[in-house]
Amino acid sequence: MIASTFTGRVWKFGDDINTDLVIPNFAVLMTLEEQLRHCFSANRPGWVDEVQPGDVIIAGRNFGVGSARNIGAVFHGLGISGVVADSFNGLGLRNCINSGLPSLPCPGVLDVFDEGEVADVDWTTGDVKNAATGATAHGTPIPQALQDIVTAGGVENVLRREGYLAPR
Amino acid sequence: MNAIEKILAGHSEQKEVRPGDVVMVNVDVTVQFDHGRPDVLRIANPDKLVLLHDHVVPAPTVQAANNAKRMREFVERFGIENYFPVGKHGISHVLVAAEGYALPGQILVNADSHTCSSGAMNCLARGMGPSEMLYILCKGQTWYLLGPTTKVVLEGELPERVYPRDVIHYIPGQYGDFAGRNLEWHGEGLANIDVDGRLTMATISAELSAEFSLFPYDDVLARYLEGRAKWPFEPAHPDDDAEYEQVITVDLASLEPQVVLPGKVAWNSKGAREISSEGIKIDQAFIGSCANGRVSDFAIAAEILAGRQIAPGTRMIVTPGSQDILKEAIKLGYVETLMDAGAVVTNSTCGACFGGHMGLLADDEVCITASTRNFQGRMGSPKASVFMGSPATVAASAVAGVITDPRDL
Ligand code: SF4
Repeated sequence: MIASTFTGRVWKFGDDINTDLVIPNFAVLMTLEEQLRHCFSANRPGWVDEVQPGDVIIAGRNFGVGSARNIGAVFHGLGISGVVADSFNGLGLRNCINSGLPSLPCPGVLDVFDEGEVADVDWTTGDVKNAATGATAHGTPIPQALQDIVTAGGVENVLRREGYLAPR
Repeated sequence: MNAIEKILAGHSEQKEVRPGDVVMVNVDVTVQFDHGRPDVLRIANPDKLVLLHDHVVPAPTVQAANNAKRMREFVERFGIENYFPVGKHGISHVLVAAEGYALPGQILVNADSHTCSSGAMNCLARGMGPSEMLYILCKGQTWYLLGPTTKVVLEGELPERVYPRDVIHYIPGQYGDFAGRNLEWHGEGLANIDVDGRLTMATISAELSAEFSLFPYDDVLARYLEGRAKWPFEPAHPDDDAEYEQVITVDLASLEPQVVLPGKVAWNSKGAREISSEGIKIDQAFIGSCANGRVSDFAIAAEILAGRQIAPGTRMIVTPGSQDILKEAIKLGYVETLMDAGAVVTNSTCGACFGGHMGLLADDEVCITASTRNFQGRMGSPKASVFMGSPATVAASAVAGVITDPRDL
């Protein structure tokens, strides 16, 4: 079960963060464990060495634009506790939800944080707060049916539980 | 309801759907490429599952070979009949249209962002992620978050050397992206755009971040589907009182060839003539992909390259969208014309389009392409730049060695 809130250190990204930055072409056929090493290597070399489990990604418009590459699985694998973005690309959002990654569309969220500050987020109500400054923003939570997928830990967990996939 | 909403409602338990709804739907056709999961125990509709190899064909690495092997095992295990092995291969979006799997009024899913390509067939389709594909494979159902729809009305006819590819570059140049929104294509100008052109436009709609990009079922499409459709279908037409968030009207006759600059597509195109004055030297010219790897694209390139030579210092790669397309292009003499001009014609694969194999870019190189994406690093080195143009713009640029308006060659 994924909790309805998360708290973590903020990494800030701009608009149009695309799938090919998260999973570069040369990493497409690699295993997920290998792919984790290359996340954001083109735009933020060394980031994967600094990011810590529990950290939060705050981003601008059209987050996750691009291909079907499963960005949700990568962020999940890196231990990111959630993504709050001004807006999401449709497919990017699908992959985050289906991987069980709490995701919240929240216009203006970039103004609330400086990098490294701590975010308090309830992705089910849309409340976003800067723990240090007290500044807030309010997002539009994803619909309940989709929240349920995230809460269950993503679709593969659901399928495994229902006997469609072999146990791990 | 508009046509998109009618397809969604018709596949759900809802009588009516409206923007903001999450709609649970039954899927008609499921397409899966390049690998099969060994841990899948049960699947929903084996008869409506289409499996194929496309991204890196034939396998250039052991990893790709192992993935392909897992797909063949999957095909065997579930007795899948709609399977295109290497030798009958093609790019998924090209095959589902050409082979009549993408059908009007139906819902098709595929774990690839350019799945919206099938919108050209009046088929509701958008890119899906790998894990939700697994869900659909197993349960035959999925969800869509319905967004507002923009009605795009096309009027008139395109001038010479201006193509549907230029239309779909022009729109994001003028209106930006359509994230979370749908496009529905209307207008008498559509009668002048054939199915190949519509497939190009529907495919590139992914770069506009559109959810769905749906073309009407009209005479052009009906003729295309004759003798081709694999299953019976029921086309979707908008109601007379259908609602749209906005209406965009495009006068086709007034358009010019459009080039998209590197990095992104929204707010990033320029007229080819304007940019040709900058004398941007190119190292590679590419025609191929699910957007523009069809026989009609070979025809355009061959027409421009006939009796000409590709500029010294420039290389040109042309990759067909399927084995059948390559065969046809050979038969019609296009392959010979391209090779005489100095181009490389490859086997069908996604290949250079996503920097997979057969034509990657080196550091600091410049490419002009008629494939789908111009992201940093998309076609090779992250230090390379990728411009996009119609096949005619690409071919003309290959001859000139600099980005060139095909009307000026
Ligand atoms: S041709 Fe390019 S855009 Fe089309 S499916 Fe292949 S990689 Fe994706």
